[in-house]
Amino acid sequence: MFYPLRLTIYDSRIMKKLGVFICHCGVNIAGTVDVKSVAGKVGSVGDVAHSTDYIYMCSEPGQQLIREAVREKGLEGVVVACCSPSMHENTFRKAVKSEGMNPYLCEIANIREQCSWVHQKEKEKATEKAEEIILATLEKVRENEKLEAISVSINRSVLVIGGGIAGMTAALDLAEGGYEVILLEKEQALGGHMTQLSRTFPDLHPALPDLLTKALEIEKHPGIDLHCYSEMEDVKGYVGNFELTIRKKATHVDWEKCNECGLCIRDCPVEYVSQFERGLGVRKAIDLLYPQSVPHKPVIHRSHCRYFIDGSCRRCEEVCPEKAIRFEQEDERIGKKVGAIVVATGFELYPRERLGEYGYGEIPDVIDGLALERMLSVDGPTKGRIIRPSDGKVPKEMVFIQCVASRDPDRYMPYCSRICCMYTAKQAKIYKEQVPDGQPYIFYMDIRSDGKGYEEFLQKTIEEKGLLYLRGRVSRVFQDDGKVRVLGVDTLTGRMVEVAADMVVLATAVVPSDGVKDLAAKLRATVDRHGFWTEAHIKLYPVESSTKGIYLAGCGQSPKDISDTVSQASATASKIQALLSTDKLLQDPLIAFVDENICSGCGICVEICPYEAREMDSQRGISVVHSALCQGCGACIAACPNFACELRNNSSIQTLRMLDTFVTAGARE
Amino acid sequence: MEAITEMNKMDATFLEEAKKRSGEDLSLCYQCLKCTAGCPTAPIMDIRPNNIIRMIQMGMKQEVLGSSAIWLCVSCETCGTRCPNKIDIGVLMDALREMAIDEGIHAKEKNIHLLHEAFIDSIRRGGRVHEATMLIDYKLRSKDFLTDLVPGMMLFMKGKIPLLPSLVKGRGEIKRIFERCKK
Repeated sequence: MFYPLRLTIYDSRIMKKLGVFICHCGVNIAGTVDVKSVAGKVGSVGDVAHSTDYIYMCSEPGQQLIREAVREKGLEGVVVACCSPSMHENTFRKAVKSEGMNPYLCEIANIREQCSWVHQKEKEKATEKAEEIILATLEKVRENEKLEAISVSINRSVLVIGGGIAGMTAALDLAEGGYEVILLEKEQALGGHMTQLSRTFPDLHPALPDLLTKALEIEKHPGIDLHCYSEMEDVKGYVGNFELTIRKKATHVDWEKCNECGLCIRDCPVEYVSQFERGLGVRKAIDLLYPQSVPHKPVIHRSHCRYFIDGSCRRCEEVCPEKAIRFEQEDERIGKKVGAIVVATGFELYPRERLGEYGYGEIPDVIDGLALERMLSVDGPTKGRIIRPSDGKVPKEMVFIQCVASRDPDRYMPYCSRICCMYTAKQAKIYKEQVPDGQPYIFYMDIRSDGKGYEEFLQKTIEEKGLLYLRGRVSRVFQDDGKVRVLGVDTLTGRMVEVAADMVVLATAVVPSDGVKDLAAKLRATVDRHGFWTEAHIKLYPVESSTKGIYLAGCGQSPKDISDTVSQASATASKIQALLSTDKLLQDPLIAFVDENICSGCGICVEICPYEAREMDSQRGISVVHSALCQGCGACIAACPNFACELRNNSSIQTLRMLDTFVTAGARE
Repeated sequence: MEAITEMNKMDATFLEEAKKRSGEDLSLCYQCLKCTAGCPTAPIMDIRPNNIIRMIQMGMKQEVLGSSAIWLCVSCETCGTRCPNKIDIGVLMDALREMAIDEGIHAKEKNIHLLHEAFIDSIRRGGRVHEATMLIDYKLRSKDFLTDLVPGMMLFMKGKIPLLPSLVKGRGEIKRIFERCKK
């Protein structure tokens, strides 16, 4: 093994008084590892002044043991052998700090996840391994330096990406808390998918009025800088200091001048199939997103406008009394600075093109749940009436199919989309109210009604409305003599069943919005294999992303209903308010540093750093570390050809000494 | 049994009728199977109690009313006591038997209606079942004298079939109940 020259001075180490605290974690550790024997053996090591075990070291009496030992024996280094450092490193560092010890002299030896849990059938070997892990961690502590947290100044404004109910809630909460908020929405108006819904479960309140109240509040709020029809182009920086480039797409309408008279929309000669209406209605080339949209301003859609296609029409410009049409307008880029970012990018339904089942896309009377929501909306394409898209007749036999593309790991999505059971019940209820002599059939696998009042809503609906639930999958959907024949199975009776239906509604899977993977790359945050944002910890840090300063809300993180979305968005807003409550942010000092005497200024570290935390100091001809950006990943340490970089309290010598411990122990056997 | 059950041809009114006659809300059943799990006669039923409800929901009128299960139910009320949705299946079974009689559907179980008639007549006479006369009555009605002779004798030896009836006090009232039911 090659030891770098400058590190050969370590033998002159000063003796420290060390303490070892071994946790039983109930039976999690003590059931496999003989903790008493380990405590005894470790206690006999020369510089270990105190070695003990306890049933739950993280409990108050457990922490008290540590505090007392630090105080009474004057410990200068502490090893707590317990669970993963991601669980309780902070807990124990705080405990030693309260006794005046530098918290970075306390280290965790993980003998649960990395020992007792994985070696439950080899108790003796696990005990030996636990001892080795503790001895190795003691080696680390011997070399640990006293460190202070790094203080970084922060920008106290927030960017919210996504103007659906999640983003709107987070933005309003933050603005009400006195923080400046930049709200970004890719569509021309606020509201997201909630604007497409008719009534919401379980209270059956209309979705739009509640939503519009919030939207208007946001539009008028002095603390919210709203950018609709805008996208995130670039993000630089780190928690507390993000630098953004926002692209405001050309609306070709001067929104300042527009008086919302609607003449341009009325006179526009181009009509095309509306995505907002899920293909059931049309919209104009210059139009609002929906009739009551907030902001209430039109946008010219270039791919459909005759002026942009062949220059043949300028009708809107002619009729506009305010001369607000701007054909020549171009996309605009604006720069902003914020301290934290909320990603509330929302969801889409599983795309029609990729389904290839249930006659979706081929049979006009097979529609998805969102299309039925548009039908049920009074401002929708059918003014709230349920009719067959093919002939406009009222459907007498209605089939709803749940779990379409959800819970199908082989071909589609493995997860449960969580909203479909409830909205299908709601839709079937509204259908039955509208068509009392109609018969709704619902094919399902399980009914999942876990929200407050949901099970009661469901049972009451079934009781009152005579919905027929058929437990089983549908095997075939085909057109036959003006009907849509649905073949399936009812597993409760074990019968194959067939329904000659007038209309079929598919509860298709919730999937993340388009473009999240690009956004994730820009934000340096991570998404899972389906494209849902990953949280820092599924239980303990559910609204924090894996990247500091970036927070999550809504269906972009995982499928959820409106109640859960709003709760999560408010939780996110609270977390950010805590983060931004001071001017300075304290950061972990466990980052890279450069020995200026050794660095040759080759620049390899600058290229290799994934966080843009390394740059060249051209004056001194060496590489430096941007302490706020460095995440302590160690890439530069491995890359440096001269051993000029080291990680604080994770130096090469510490690593080698820890390795030595394991290797010598292995050789003993 | 048909290979495929065509839902459109099912009798959608059957559920409503069964609900009305039994007074039980059969839509509430979520198939937890607690009724069947506790039913002493379920092992010999052709359709289990939970499936009776399911088939009513599906509109399978002929199969339900023609089943032997509705006649095998001994009305012990275990199902109704345990049902989380308060569906009294014992009452439902009574209603289904009535419906079967009204529809002229013959019970699959041989002579079972004769046993029911003998049972009711015994109550009409004494206000309480008198096993000895009831069994003789049934045997006379069914002209089946040999079946269950051995278990019958065993019950008699153990004193489970007393010779003397124990009559209730309010036999006049019992008589009036029967008269009102007839109306």
